[in-house]
Amino acid sequence: MTPDLTSLTVHGALALLESKACTAVDLVDALVAAIAARDPELGAYVSLDADGARREAEAADKARAAGTGGRLCGIPVAVKDVLNVRGQPCTCASRILQGYVAPYDATAIARLRAAGAVMLGRTNMDEFAMGGSTENSALKRTRNPRHPDYVPGGSSGGSAAAVAGGVALCALGTDTGGSIRQPAAFCGCVGLKPSYGRVSRYGLTAFASSLDQVGPMTRTVRDAALLQEVLGGVDPMDSTSVAAPVPAYTERLTTDLRGMTLGVPREYVVDGLDAGVERAVRAAIERCRELGARVIEVSLPHTRYAIATYYVIATAEASANLARFDGVRYGQRCADAADPLDLYERTRAAGFGPEVKRRIILGTYVLSSGYYDAYYLSAQKVRTLIRRDFEQAFAQCDALVTPCTPTPAYRFGEKTDDPLQMYLGDIFTVTANLAGICGLSVPCGVAGGLPVGLQILGPAFKEEQILRVGHAYELARGEGWLG
Amino acid sequence: MNYLTSIGLEVHVQLRTRSKMFCGCAVGFGAEPNTQTCPVCLGYPGAMPTMNGEAVRLTVRTGLTIGAQINARSKFDRKSYFYPDMPKNYQISQYDQPLCEHGSVQIDTPAGGKVVRIRRIHLEEDVAKNMHFANASGVDFNRAGTPLMEIVTQPDITSAEEAFAFLVALKQILQYAEVSDCNLEEGNIRCDVNCSVRPEGQEQLGTKTELKNLNTFKGVLNALKYEAPRQVEVLRRGGTIVQETRRWDGDAGITTSMRTKEDAHDYRYFPEPDLMPVVLAPAQVEAWRATLPEMPRARRERFVSEYGLPDYDAGVLVADKVVADFFEAAARQAPNAKAVSNWMMTEMLRLLGETERDIRSVPITPQALAGLVRLTEARTINSNTAKEIFAELFEKGGDPEAMVKQRGLGQVSDTGAIAALVDEAIAENAKSVEDYRKGKLAAAKFIVGQVMKRSKGKADPQLVTKLLEERLAAGA
Ligand SMILES: [Zn+2]
Repeated sequence: MTPDLTSLTVHGALALLESKACTAVDLVDALVAAIAARDPELGAYVSLDADGARREAEAADKARAAGTGGRLCGIPVAVKDVLNVRGQPCTCASRILQGYVAPYDATAIARLRAAGAVMLGRTNMDEFAMGGSTENSALKRTRNPRHPDYVPGGSSGGSAAAVAGGVALCALGTDTGGSIRQPAAFCGCVGLKPSYGRVSRYGLTAFASSLDQVGPMTRTVRDAALLQEVLGGVDPMDSTSVAAPVPAYTERLTTDLRGMTLGVPREYVVDGLDAGVERAVRAAIERCRELGARVIEVSLPHTRYAIATYYVIATAEASANLARFDGVRYGQRCADAADPLDLYERTRAAGFGPEVKRRIILGTYVLSSGYYDAYYLSAQKVRTLIRRDFEQAFAQCDALVTPCTPTPAYRFGEKTDDPLQMYLGDIFTVTANLAGICGLSVPCGVAGGLPVGLQILGPAFKEEQILRVGHAYELARGEGWLG
Repeated sequence: MNYLTSIGLEVHVQLRTRSKMFCGCAVGFGAEPNTQTCPVCLGYPGAMPTMNGEAVRLTVRTGLTIGAQINARSKFDRKSYFYPDMPKNYQISQYDQPLCEHGSVQIDTPAGGKVVRIRRIHLEEDVAKNMHFANASGVDFNRAGTPLMEIVTQPDITSAEEAFAFLVALKQILQYAEVSDCNLEEGNIRCDVNCSVRPEGQEQLGTKTELKNLNTFKGVLNALKYEAPRQVEVLRRGGTIVQETRRWDGDAGITTSMRTKEDAHDYRYFPEPDLMPVVLAPAQVEAWRATLPEMPRARRERFVSEYGLPDYDAGVLVADKVVADFFEAAARQAPNAKAVSNWMMTEMLRLLGETERDIRSVPITPQALAGLVRLTEARTINSNTAKEIFAELFEKGGDPEAMVKQRGLGQVSDTGAIAALVDEAIAENAKSVEDYRKGKLAAAKFIVGQVMKRSKGKADPQLVTKLLEERLAAGA
C-alpha cells in the first residue's frame, strides 16, 4: 500500500526516498495535488511554483541517485512570503510589493538548497509579519486547519496551516515576537525560534531587525532539529549572525529528561490565562517530571513591561525598515505622481494596510525628537533588564516551560477591533525575542477542541536543550494528543 | 560697529576604496547608470549591510594624521528622511559615537599660521544621483553606498579666505595620507558651510545659516564672501538672522533661502540594528599609526635640507603631493636637484596651469625630466633647445637623450669650429663690430645671433660670447 505522502514527517519522507519507495517528484506531485484539493478552503499558500518545484525535485532525485544529495535532498519546503527566493514573488502579503520578483536567494533559502531541499510555494502571513492571526494579510484569508472558523495565528499563519493542514511536510517561518511559536501552537505543529544571530537574516524582509529570526515549522521536534542544523551558522552577509558552532541537534535528542532542571516562571500565570490552556500545560509539565526532569519555580520580574517594551522597539525599527517601500525602485507605484512627496504619500497610503500604518506611525512617534528618550531609550533599558531576568533564571535551570499563548486560537474578527487585546496575546512569546534566547512550541493537548502549545525557552545558542525537552515530551505525549 | 565672522565646515570626502561602504559593488565614476548596484545598495527587501573595513581604516588613518582621538568603540546609526536618491529612505551614518574626535589642522593665513580644531570625523554612505529628463526623472544608484567620510570643524574659521586656506590644507593632508583621490571634478570633496556673525565683544556666536553642497573650494570662498557681509548688513539694518539652509547660486553670486528651521528634518536617529559596533583594539590603531606617510610640513623641511631647495620652492612643490612625488622621482635620477626644481617651478607648473591638466595625466615622466637635466648639465644642449624639448615631452612624452641624438640637436662646444664661425661673422658684420667698438655693447648680441644662426642653433651661446669678446678685445 502506498503511504499518504502528504502526512509524512521529514524524517519519514527521507526514509522513503532513501529506500526508493518514493521519489522527490512523487512528494511534490502529492503535495501539489493536496494543495489543489485542500488549499482553496485552507488558504495557506499565496503562490505556488509547481513546475519549478518539480524541476528541482527531478534534480534532487538525480543527485540522490548519484549519491551527491544533501541532508534534505528532495524534501519540499513551504516558505513564508517574507523570505526572498530568486525568481519568485515576495509580497510579504502586502499590496505594496505586488509585482516584485526577488533577484536573489535569502541565506536561509541558499542553505536549504545546498542541502537539496525543494522550494515548493509561498505561504500567507500577516502583512510584513505584523500581527498574530494572519488576518492582516492583504492577499487572502488563511483558516485554522483544526477548525475553519478559527484563525491560524500569525504572523506565520500560512506556514503553520500548511504543515498542520497536510499541504506541506515542513515550512520556514519568521519570529519577531512569537510569529513562529504562536501559529504553531494555534494550528498544532512544532515551531522553533532560534536564538538571535543563529540563523542569517540576509534575505528576510525586515520587520524589526533586532528581533527577527528565521526558523523551521515542522510536524515533529526531530524534524525541527534537522532543519535547524541546516539553517544555522554564521553568514558573512549578516553582521549580526554569530559564529557559534552548530551542534548536531538530531544526535543529542533523548527519550528521557533525567538530569535536566526545568523552570516554571511565576509571572507567566496571568489574568486571562485560559483554564484549558493552563490545564494542558500543567499536564505537560507533569509529564516532563515523569520523564526525569526536576521542576522548579523561577521568577522573571520584568515580564509585565515586556509588551510595552516590545511594541516600542519593534515599531521603531519597523518605521525605518519599511521606509524603503516608496514606489521608486520596485513594487507598486501610484499613477501620475506630481512630485516625490505625492509619490510617497499616495503609494504608501494605497500600499500598506491599517495595522502596518499603525505601527509605522507608532514607531515614527517613539523615535521623534523630544520623545526618543522617554520611549526608545527607556525601552532599550528595560530590554536589558528582561535579558538579565533570563540570565538569572537560566543560572538555576536548563530550560523554562510555559504556555505558548494565553488562549487557544480565536474566531475570525474576534480581536481585530482591539489591537491592544491582540498585542496582549504575545505576552509569553515576546520576551524571548527581546532577550535573544531560543524558544520552541510543541503541541501539548487541546482546549475547547483547539490545539495548545507548550513553550520551551532556552538560553541563547542552547537550542539543543529545548529540542531535547521537546523531543522527549513529544515521544511521551504520543500521537493522540488532538483527542 | 565691527562684526566677527564664525565659520564651521562639514567636509564630505569620498574615500579611496575599491568597493562600496556596505556591499561588494565597485566604486567608480562614469559607468553606465545603474550598472554598479546590488540588492544591498538598491535597498531591496531583506538585503543587509556589511562593513567595509578598508573605509574604517582610511577614516582612522585620517584621524591619526590630524592628531585626533580614535574612539575604541563607535557605532552606526540610521538617519531617516525620504528622498528618491536614498535607496532605503534612511542613511547609515554615525550620530553620537563617531570613529574620531578632537583633531586639528594647521593652516597658513596672511596673518601667519593658525589652528582649526576638528570636532569629529565619521563615516557614512553616499546617496544616489537624481537625473531629470524632459518628461521624467531617473535615479542612478551607482554612487549610492559609496563610502563618505565627514570631517566637521569647530567654528574656528573667521573669514572666507581662511575657509579656503583650510580646504587647501585639508586636501593636502588627505592626498598625503592617500585616503582620497580628492578629485573635485568627480565630486570627491563636497562641503556644507555654517556661517554666523556677531558684534565684536559678544561672546556667544550669532545665529547661523547653512550653505549646502558646495562642490568647489572657489564656491566656498565666493559663497562666504557673499554670505558673511549679507548677515552683517541684515544686523546693521536692525534685522535678525533666521536659522535656515541657504543655496549658493554661483552664476548670480548670491545665496538664497532654501528652507528654515521650522521645516527642518527630524532625522529620528537610532542605532543601526543590522551592524555591530566598531571596536578598535589599541594594537590595531598603533599598527595603522606606524604606516602613516610623511606629511606636507615634514616633507617641505626635508626638501630644503636634502635637496638644497629654497623654502619657498619646497613649499610650492609639496603643496600638491603628486607634483612633489614627480619632483622627487626626477631629482633622485638627476645630477642636480635644484635644476629639476627649476624646471618644475617654471615650465611644468606653467604648462599644467595653462592646459589645466593633472601631472598624472601628462606624458612626461620623471625619468625624462631627469634626462633633460643631464643634457643641460653636461651642456650637450643649450637652454633654448632644452625648453623646446621640454614642451615636446610635456605634449607627447619620449626620451630626451634619444631625441637629441636622433635629431643631431647636440650643442657644438668645439672651440675650433665655433671660432671659425665667429671669425666669419666678424668679417661679414663690419658695421656691428664698429658700433661695438664705439661702445654699443648690444651690437655684440647681434653678432652672437649671427653665429648661432650659422650653427643652426647648436653652438653653445656662452662659448660664442666668450670667443667673440676675446676676438674683439684682441682687436681682430
Ligand atoms: Zn551594491
